[in-house]
Amino acid sequence: MFLDQFVNAIGTGVMLGSIYAALALGLAVTFGLLHIPNIAHPAFVVAGAYVVAVGNSCGFDPLLVALVALVPFYVAGLGFYEFYARLFERRGAADTMNALTLFFGVSLVVETALLIKFGTNQQSVSVAYVGQSLTIGLLSLPYRLLVPALLAPVMILLLWLYLRFTHAGIAIRAVAHDERALSVSGIDPRWIKRHAFGIAAATAVVAGAALIIIGPVDPFGGRLMIGRTFAVVVLAGMGSLPGTIAAGILIGVSESMVSAFASPSWAPAVAFSILLATLALRPEGLFGAHR
Amino acid sequence: MTISRRRLGKLAAATGLALAAPAVWTTGRAQNRPIRIGASFSMTGPLSSTKAGLVGLQLWRDDVNAAGGLLGRQVELVTYDDQSTVAQIPSIYSKLVDIDKVDILVSPYGAVLSAPVMPFIKQRGRFMAGMFALAGNDGVKSDRYFHSAPWGPDAKVNWARGFFEVGKAAGCKRIAVLNADVEFAKVSAAGGKTAAKELGQEVVFEQSYPPNTSDFSAILRNLRGATPDAVFVCSYPPDSSALIRGLSEVGIGDSVKLFGGAMVGPQYAATLQALGSSLNGIVNFNLFVPEPTMVTPAVTSFLDRYTAIAVPEKLDALGYYIPPFYYVAGQLIAAAVTATGSTESAAMATWLHANPVKTLVGTATFNELGDWTERRVLMTQFQGIKGNDIEQFRQAGRQVILDPPALKSGELAQPFLKARGA
Repeated sequence: MFLDQFVNAIGTGVMLGSIYAALALGLAVTFGLLHIPNIAHPAFVVAGAYVVAVGNSCGFDPLLVALVALVPFYVAGLGFYEFYARLFERRGAADTMNALTLFFGVSLVVETALLIKFGTNQQSVSVAYVGQSLTIGLLSLPYRLLVPALLAPVMILLLWLYLRFTHAGIAIRAVAHDERALSVSGIDPRWIKRHAFGIAAATAVVAGAALIIIGPVDPFGGRLMIGRTFAVVVLAGMGSLPGTIAAGILIGVSESMVSAFASPSWAPAVAFSILLATLALRPEGLFGAHR
Repeated sequence: MTISRRRLGKLAAATGLALAAPAVWTTGRAQNRPIRIGASFSMTGPLSSTKAGLVGLQLWRDDVNAAGGLLGRQVELVTYDDQSTVAQIPSIYSKLVDIDKVDILVSPYGAVLSAPVMPFIKQRGRFMAGMFALAGNDGVKSDRYFHSAPWGPDAKVNWARGFFEVGKAAGCKRIAVLNADVEFAKVSAAGGKTAAKELGQEVVFEQSYPPNTSDFSAILRNLRGATPDAVFVCSYPPDSSALIRGLSEVGIGDSVKLFGGAMVGPQYAATLQALGSSLNGIVNFNLFVPEPTMVTPAVTSFLDRYTAIAVPEKLDALGYYIPPFYYVAGQLIAAAVTATGSTESAAMATWLHANPVKTLVGTATFNELGDWTERRVLMTQFQGIKGNDIEQFRQAGRQVILDPPALKSGELAQPFLKARGA
């Protein structure tokens, strides 16, 4: 009994943590690299989930729909950044409070748009593997969590390779460190930031696919994710993509162990307890560069 | 200066007319102006799925107005969006009473949103039709508050008693209680434990969990270890879905004969459609289902008209749970206004306490707290659900009524695993 519970708590925790990382990945780019606290990212994820639900209702697999929707979400991300830049950055008024205010407003607009277009009913997808589990010895992994959990490592690996081995990726990392130095080298930092914001928005639709495979989604579901996604990004260390998945799994496994062996009611406190402890001992986060 | 008798008479008549004119004018105007009914609805925010209730109230208004109104006056609804936010409620109801001068109030949806308005109606002595606030009047004890939903008396303990009654008949002695950490679920769980003890059942497992939990595998494994006969679940829509999925993924063990009870979610079309056949075997509460023991021409007509509005507006496609009871709220108001010949709160309340009212969903009689004197919460079992087609939920035999006995429409399918088709 104990071993069964322990093994499955670890397995479930890893899957949940990986899903947390998928949800937080876009925020790791906008907040971690660009220092723009895009509080609307969870609302983008929910919007992505709705797009996936629409595609699924036409008979397409959620993941296939998410892949197709990457492009429109990327373009939408460009638009949102341009809106933000024109309002604040060009006027030299880009600070954390302005960004928070703006993106809080954006999230309300996204929620309301979803409400008007799709009504108040929860949206869900129909996939054959939901309700079944992969069993390996004592370990039982529900496909409803396993499939979404596989998305995060894939997304993070691809994005990490892009940031490390392409010129545009290196420029994104550079803009995170020194925007002026990037300008001196002849690259328009605004173009780079816009591109990065587009990438972050594109990850939202994949995260949305993960979210809606796990369970039904309503227009206001993003609000529940804000705290945890920010916790993952800060715990990881600002801008560390591999750190995002490590932080997500750390939180997921901790929550799962608390649920299994203590009380599930304490599980939500785990993310923030770990975050507080980490910030006290290592303010730059688990994998953040010391500056 | 002398005044002739004739002149004095004219002066007195003119003075009397001048004094009486405003009263005559106001009375005449009041008799012609519409009866205004004020309410808040969660048109936006997390509770916005409950706005389907507005359609129910609008249909009642249309029916009443088409029949000539109440006391010869048309009925007008004055509504505001409370954004699913408690903080909005006091100002909305103050405005309805003091600025909009509504005649009659209908409460916000549910106990959480209703709580702030209860002291206000008690202080002002206002009549209110209560909407889905479980035991909402137990604290304030207003004698002018009337539930439209048939939770029954002592609702905190007894509203889901039918689950334990069905369990007792099925031989369930060991009960597990699982609840979300939210007000409605906690109240229900506490009431469930009391009801179980009263019926001689033992609570062998208790567990609360944070709302919106998406994975229940650890909880279900611990629960399986306790080998309960019945699992009383008090959950909200997202966690209800995750739990039902978890039943298929992790399993619940052979000991369980009954699962469900107080799960919010499987009353709504979207949740029913999403969960489809995975609902089979679950026993859960509802307030109306289309079983032969409940369906009448009136309710069928209401649902047909509701569906014609709800589907294009993307509201709950079935409308069994909330909309009929907003119509019932209107019927309670209409009965009291018509019988007393006024919109005076005290008179309406006194009449409703003393007289039964025939409503869309049955005859309502009220106790001193405005509860229905007879609990009429249904315990239904999902049976024979195939796939995810929503239309099957309009058919009889899909949500079989097990309790109360007066409305029973079928037998409990058991054992649980067989009922689920496992």
